[in-house]
Amino acid sequence: MPVVIVDGQEIEIGADERLNCIEAARRAGKEIPHYCWHPGLSVVASCRMCLIETGQRDAATGKISMVPKLVPGCQTPVKDGTVIVTESPLVKESRARVEEALLINHPIDCPICDKAGECLLQDYHFEHGQAERRADLHPFTSRKRDVGPTVTLFVDRCIMCTRCVRFTREISGTAELMVTSRGAKEEIDVFPGHPLDNKLSGNVVDLCPVGALGDKDFLYQQRVWFLKREANVCGGCSAGCSISTEHNQDAVYRLKPRENPHVNKWWICDDGRYGWHHLHDSSRILEASRKVAGPAHRVHGSITPAVETIEWADVVTKLRDDLKAAGRLAVAVSPMLTVEEAWMLCAVARSIDPEAWLAPGFVPVTGTDESFPGGFTIRAEKCPNRRGVEEVLALYGAGGRSWNDLVAHVAAGKAAAAWITGGYPGPWIDTATAEAFAGLVQLVVQDLFDSPLMRLASWRLPATGFAERAGTWVNVAHHAQSFSQAIRPPAGVWPEGRLFWNMLGRRGLYDPVSVRQQIAGSSAALAALAGEMPATGVDLRIHQLA
Amino acid sequence: MQPFKPVLLEAVGVPDGYTLASYKSRGGYAPLEKVLAEKQPVDVVEMVKSSGLRGRGGAGFSTGLKWTFLPKDHPGPIYLCINADESEPGTFNNRILMEDDPHQVIEGIILSAYATRASTAYIYLRYEYPRSWHRLQAAIDEAYAAGYLGKNIRGSAFSLDIYLHRGAAAYICGEETGLIESLEGKRAWPRIKPPFPAIEGLFRKPTVVNNIETMACVAQIARRGIEWFKSIGVPADPANPRDPGSYGPKLYCLSGHVEKPGCYEAPLGITARELIDRFGGGVWKGRKAKAVIPGGISMGLMTESELDTPLDFAGPGKVGCLGLGTAAVVVIDDQTSIVDFLHNSCRFFAHESCGQCTPCREGTSWSLRMLERIKAGKGRLRDLDILLEIGNTMGMMPGSTICGLADGAAWPIKNAIKKFRGEFEDYIKRTNPSGWMVTDPVPALQIVGAH
Repeated sequence: MPVVIVDGQEIEIGADERLNCIEAARRAGKEIPHYCWHPGLSVVASCRMCLIETGQRDAATGKISMVPKLVPGCQTPVKDGTVIVTESPLVKESRARVEEALLINHPIDCPICDKAGECLLQDYHFEHGQAERRADLHPFTSRKRDVGPTVTLFVDRCIMCTRCVRFTREISGTAELMVTSRGAKEEIDVFPGHPLDNKLSGNVVDLCPVGALGDKDFLYQQRVWFLKREANVCGGCSAGCSISTEHNQDAVYRLKPRENPHVNKWWICDDGRYGWHHLHDSSRILEASRKVAGPAHRVHGSITPAVETIEWADVVTKLRDDLKAAGRLAVAVSPMLTVEEAWMLCAVARSIDPEAWLAPGFVPVTGTDESFPGGFTIRAEKCPNRRGVEEVLALYGAGGRSWNDLVAHVAAGKAAAAWITGGYPGPWIDTATAEAFAGLVQLVVQDLFDSPLMRLASWRLPATGFAERAGTWVNVAHHAQSFSQAIRPPAGVWPEGRLFWNMLGRRGLYDPVSVRQQIAGSSAALAALAGEMPATGVDLRIHQLA
Repeated sequence: MQPFKPVLLEAVGVPDGYTLASYKSRGGYAPLEKVLAEKQPVDVVEMVKSSGLRGRGGAGFSTGLKWTFLPKDHPGPIYLCINADESEPGTFNNRILMEDDPHQVIEGIILSAYATRASTAYIYLRYEYPRSWHRLQAAIDEAYAAGYLGKNIRGSAFSLDIYLHRGAAAYICGEETGLIESLEGKRAWPRIKPPFPAIEGLFRKPTVVNNIETMACVAQIARRGIEWFKSIGVPADPANPRDPGSYGPKLYCLSGHVEKPGCYEAPLGITARELIDRFGGGVWKGRKAKAVIPGGISMGLMTESELDTPLDFAGPGKVGCLGLGTAAVVVIDDQTSIVDFLHNSCRFFAHESCGQCTPCREGTSWSLRMLERIKAGKGRLRDLDILLEIGNTMGMMPGSTICGLADGAAWPIKNAIKKFRGEFEDYIKRTNPSGWMVTDPVPALQIVGAH
């Protein structure tokens, strides 16, 4: 195995690994500061923050010969015997000088900058810079430029790392951003009439190491040090991108991509990035209720039947009683549910009616899959867990069915009661389709928002969104990822998992991990879910191939 | 010095010397036909290598050696780029060659393309040279018509197309990888190396970038032979195994405060004093020289006492200059302020820095700001230390930048302050009697744009 010497510490790297000095040093626990380098983008070696000293140890004699000048760590590959020095006086001086140079034309407006607190310029200056300003003092401007529908450019804060420019050229392939002018007058800009408007545009904000690119959706909403981060998975489509939900006091403020080499690398699409606003929509259904006998009354001009609100603790028993009394049960297991929730829902259904007819819920599809030159794909299937739900249904002998089969099953009068789980962020069912469910004795609809189907329901149950639940989703490539709850649902709403857990009569708090272990033990297809789940998830097919 | 008859400049002053007929009457294109008929490409590489020809563009790298870096048995295409983006202040030798003897250049290009197995050559011409553009294009058309360019040149199996590309006026396009980027239609940001252009250059194919004057030298070596070329110039220093010697004639661009500025051809190794006195008619108005730029502004400064330095590839380096550069010798007389000189130099480099690497982008602009302030009578002695620090740490040699432009920007600062510090201190103390000793940051002046 090749050995690299980082500040005197020998570390082994893989024989086939192609690492640069930054990556190799990181293995040894040494951070080489850098701005322009990003593992997902081409190397330009222009910020010069990662300058280090390197050398080569002769394999035969053990003698080390050093390169007589500084080299950029990002551009220098390591091999057996490479010597990396990250903390010599020369290296430290060079870092201090780069920091000083970057601040000459930087407005240093941290108090009004959104990036403050997670800014590499701040962090590196604190760690590697010098306290004294030697350059002349001049009044700064704070010029803003609207570069597209999602991003604002703060021109003077830019340090010209060109990560954003490279992203639009190499990953999104749209090439809207460019560099104008020359020398210290350089600026990032868009071409006239061609704003930064692509489905991956928000990533340039993540890439920006300083506060130059601001996300309009997040701008001035929250100081980043108030935000708490939870590792989540995006529910926007079947790609299942790893995300980090950043929230404070049960409110989501933004979603960021979470690095996952198996799924989304470093990126997420704008649909996913801004696809959390429905969580805080005021029109969400927040109370469990059921229709009762009595006079209908008029609300906002429409006739509304009389309903009674049910306490969550009572839902557990009353719902079971109502469904049991109705007769034959059909259940739609929504692809928005987690594997654990789907499994428990099936168990609940079968405990109410041992012959309950189970089928997957509605699978929303929009357009076709959209791929980008950088390898990123936005899926047309706008739900996160169709594969997981299908595996669970197969366990219950209900494989191979679809939502349309369920609609036909109900329309044919083969069921007296139906339990439709939803959780869709937008409208999904039309009145005509909903009519198929009109004649049922009991119709349980569990969803985020009102819908034609919800209006027919005898039982209306609130659902929860992606950040409010915990469990496991299986993406389009059969890659399973587990995540925990980021925020609490509003107004004491029970997440689906908690309701099912209680309806199964289990003790204590809902524990998705124990459910996952139970599923893994009972299904060969889902056996890979056993044990501790890595942060980047597991591929369900690996164990089947082996 | 021996009397020396110009070779590269032999067409200068000849009526219609830039035409094909005139060039052929001087013996042009005959060597090319001989080479195509009798020699293999490797022979031409060997010829240029053993002539000791070093690139005339500034860095002085061995031309033949550069050609050998091309991958062997490459399926092609291999490209030859000719750097005619002559933007170094004070330099105009390429212009003379292109205007007065374009066929000499073209013959050199054909020979070099044959040696490097390139079938396409691009001439990257500086925008500000309209006459060179017309003369070169006319000469290329003539050469095509006469069968020296195009398919199967003069009946041989070798084919070559030359494209004349006009740049858009940026100093950085003269840096070889900047030139390549610009030729590809991109912003002329120099590339990181490796890969070097010989492995992956223009359109990601093996590429050689040579200077116009180098091409003229190749044509002359083919015509007059290796022995002739090696008989001119300075042999390698036996005490220094890394010195390959400085052979051949060189075009010196003499300008500034001399009586007779102009482009003069002399053997490599002529001293600056000899050049100024014999060719330039001495410093103008009977004055003395204060300083001399040895080879373009980026090479730094020689003082009057250093004027006996031979202007070969090794000479200027021995007196603290960056090198011979483009051999553009600019004389600065004793009535000129070095502060003004440095201000002008910094203004140029701040304007021309491509802005890619932080140390150069910010360093050149910072040094200009300081010089502006010093000139406005608000200088501080501390500024000199900061300027010197910028000069010492900016560039490819300390490793802080991608390309050598930053070294070129640093050298005038370094040399001016080291060699003329007294003058700077006097100036600052005289013009800023109350504030020269201040060390705290001071308010900046509104900078006047370079344009």
